[in-house]
Amino acid sequence: MAVVSIDKLSKSVVKGPSLMTGSAPRQNWMDVPAIFKLGNFGYPAKKEKVEYLDSQEGLSFPNAREWWPEDDDWKLQENWKEIILNGLKERLDKFRSLKIFMDCCVRCGACADKCHFFIGTGDPKNMPVLRAELLRSIYRNEYTKAGKILGRMVGARELTIDVIKEWFMYSYQCTECRRCSVFCPYGIDTAEVTIILRELLHLLGIGMNWILEPASNSNRTGNHMGLQPHTYKDNADFLVDDVENLTGVRPNVSFNRKGAEILFITPSADVFAEPGLYTAMGYMILFEHIGLDYTWSTYASEGGNFGLFTNNETMKKLNAKMYAEAKRLGVKYIIGGECGHMWRVLHQYMDTMNGPADFLEVPKSPITGTVFDNAASTKMIHVTEFTADLIKNNKLNIDKSRNDYVKATWHDSCNPARAMGLLDEPRYVLDHVVNNWWEMPENTIREKTFCCGSGTGLNTDEIMEIRMRGGLPRANAVKYVHDRHDVNHLGCVCAIDRATLTSLMNYWVPEVTVFGLSELVGNSLVLEGEDRQDISEEGLRTMV
Amino acid sequence: MKYLFPLAAVLALVVIAWIGSKIPGMQYVFGVAIPYLAIGIFLYGFCNRVIYWAKSPVPFKIPTTCGQGYSLSWIKQDKLEAPVNTSQVVARMFLEIVLFRSLWRNTKTESHDGPQLTYESSKWLWLFGILFHYSFLVIVLRHMRLFLDPVPGLFKVIEYGDSILQIGAPTMYMTDVTLILGLLLLFGRRLINRQVRYISLVNDYFPLFLIFAIALTGILMRFFLRADIDIVAIKRLAVGLVTFQPSISADIGSIFYIHLFLVCTLLAYFPYSKLMHLGGVFLSPTRSMANDTRMKRHINPWNPDIKPHSYAGYEDEFREFMVDSGIPVEKELPPKADD
Repeated sequence: MAVVSIDKLSKSVVKGPSLMTGSAPRQNWMDVPAIFKLGNFGYPAKKEKVEYLDSQEGLSFPNAREWWPEDDDWKLQENWKEIILNGLKERLDKFRSLKIFMDCCVRCGACADKCHFFIGTGDPKNMPVLRAELLRSIYRNEYTKAGKILGRMVGARELTIDVIKEWFMYSYQCTECRRCSVFCPYGIDTAEVTIILRELLHLLGIGMNWILEPASNSNRTGNHMGLQPHTYKDNADFLVDDVENLTGVRPNVSFNRKGAEILFITPSADVFAEPGLYTAMGYMILFEHIGLDYTWSTYASEGGNFGLFTNNETMKKLNAKMYAEAKRLGVKYIIGGECGHMWRVLHQYMDTMNGPADFLEVPKSPITGTVFDNAASTKMIHVTEFTADLIKNNKLNIDKSRNDYVKATWHDSCNPARAMGLLDEPRYVLDHVVNNWWEMPENTIREKTFCCGSGTGLNTDEIMEIRMRGGLPRANAVKYVHDRHDVNHLGCVCAIDRATLTSLMNYWVPEVTVFGLSELVGNSLVLEGEDRQDISEEGLRTMV
Repeated sequence: MKYLFPLAAVLALVVIAWIGSKIPGMQYVFGVAIPYLAIGIFLYGFCNRVIYWAKSPVPFKIPTTCGQGYSLSWIKQDKLEAPVNTSQVVARMFLEIVLFRSLWRNTKTESHDGPQLTYESSKWLWLFGILFHYSFLVIVLRHMRLFLDPVPGLFKVIEYGDSILQIGAPTMYMTDVTLILGLLLLFGRRLINRQVRYISLVNDYFPLFLIFAIALTGILMRFFLRADIDIVAIKRLAVGLVTFQPSISADIGSIFYIHLFLVCTLLAYFPYSKLMHLGGVFLSPTRSMANDTRMKRHINPWNPDIKPHSYAGYEDEFREFMVDSGIPVEKELPPKADD
């Protein structure tokens, strides 16, 4: 699909009449239906993918069918209304957060202009408060006396097909980045609301292919890309070859090896697509440099978890492979690669869902002896924590000047920032592997970081304009440091970022290249017995 | 409509109390029965709502980290914004509840030609909120003097502090002014800020108007219609209410009944409205939980029994490929027929 030109979009986001640019819509939001047209929705999940997921033990994905959002008839079950209301009731009973978030909002509007999708589209329903009201209005109608009696006047409304359609549109224009929850005086987290909306929609067989296909792939082959074991290994082996060609050192890489000390799990995109490939090469070089006894797994070959974007059952099922594989291989603990939502699952959900991991040991760096007591129970640490500790203890032979082609800035990926607090570790690493890097403006970094605009499974091409709009705040902050400091590289610890920020930069700030932190770590390392090509211009990206 | 309905509702409440309290015999209803009823509804409703929340478990620990988490020993943790234990959580909650810390962070986003986006600090909402809430709190505490005999020193100090400017006779309370100001600013913000105006509901205007009317009747009573009321009788009624020996004298004055009736309305309305943010803020999982999820296992009481797609099933599907490419397997391939 052709994407709108940058000139046109640049004008539209500033001058286009919208609630963001200063004009107010005349109609009450309840009277504005969601209208689907090519470009504003992700394609529905393929029937066979839904059927496959539904056939898996512990999962339920009913109403698999061919359907199309532009059609009037979404082919829902006859008792769709009952299904949704029962589903809502069940979730209110299961999640205290949902009840509190439904009851406590005072509509102060602090969240309104914090959402990247609202800033980029000006669509009122992209204000976090209104996104939540889409559900809250139904909740009021069913669960509050005032709503039952006074109805619309107090923000309650009847559940209709149009409401379902609206939910589909706006729960897929939210990336669950949690920026709004930083600013909310009650900590209301729109991610929770979006998660529930998406769960409810799946009860009716409404979902996006770009999420359900990776989820079903991940279940079957172990990774989103659907790479079968031999292909996964082949891809990784290509990277081993590349590292050898560039550095003269062939990293030792093993798969599904029992008895390894550590299991390493990273998003499969890292062995499959640029620029994640270079991040994966970075991991290989780092682990080779320190002689780490570790293994990759083809069965648990996905760090990411599209279950988080689907429902809690799928999230649990996909995540469960990590501990299962760690147990089977008999490793001591797990190191996780660079990925945002992956780390939300690992940090906040994994132990609860699939623990206790009593067959693993508290992570201890075999090189420095540091015990990672921050992962005492989960027994899984972030590669950046691991690397920062190595640097602190002078265990890496770093030649910073090898990254002198880089003038970097740092993007805090949403989930590690706001659902983990991983902020200073990557900065410490960056300080030690790059000579030149600058922070973006202060209200756009750390806990206030802006989403890439395409997280939670929205990185599909058919909604490119929405993605470019949603990514504008991030891109604009990058442009700021590009204009002032000639920044040409944008770093992150997120596999989705690596893919989506690349599209975003190509559109808004084409001079800027996206990298994963470990890429620069790997490129800066002086390896024993190395025979390094001249790769001073592009580092690990050099074609040889 | 959004403004008219709540305005009309508040005016109607005023008229009901005004006329009602003039009907002989109804003073007891407005002075005793309705206050007891309102308190009852408030307590019942408030507890009920908190119990309703508490009945649902917290399946996942989902704090929003707004600063550096607990990590390596030499990385400085932001104890207030990414608390890792109970005392740090308490400190975070204290600042959130007492100082509205999250609102302090507020920024205003603007788009300019370029496009160029800016995010300037915007503390107006924080200021208006603090102004309103603290004025309200002080006024509630000041009123305790009516219910207690003798009046404890603390409330005397609050009252003294509140009238320290010594303006007018009787002396003006600062909080009367700041409460009205806070309400006007919050209301003005709802009207002027387009985004907030668009999302505002009757439920947002009604409490503003109601509290405004309460404040106004209170001020009228103290400064302008003082002659119409009998403060001794009011005190006797108030003390009587809390000691469950209510006695009502004939001529307390309509303005008092209006004031009281509006307060009763607020109490009864409270648990069934957004005003319950007073209770909810204590329970919000993104603020009230520790960021220690990798250190201590959090239990989900309804954790479903779901197993992963098994390794055995995976190997069965791909064994041949795995053997061919040298990936270790648990079960070797069966010998081929012609071997």
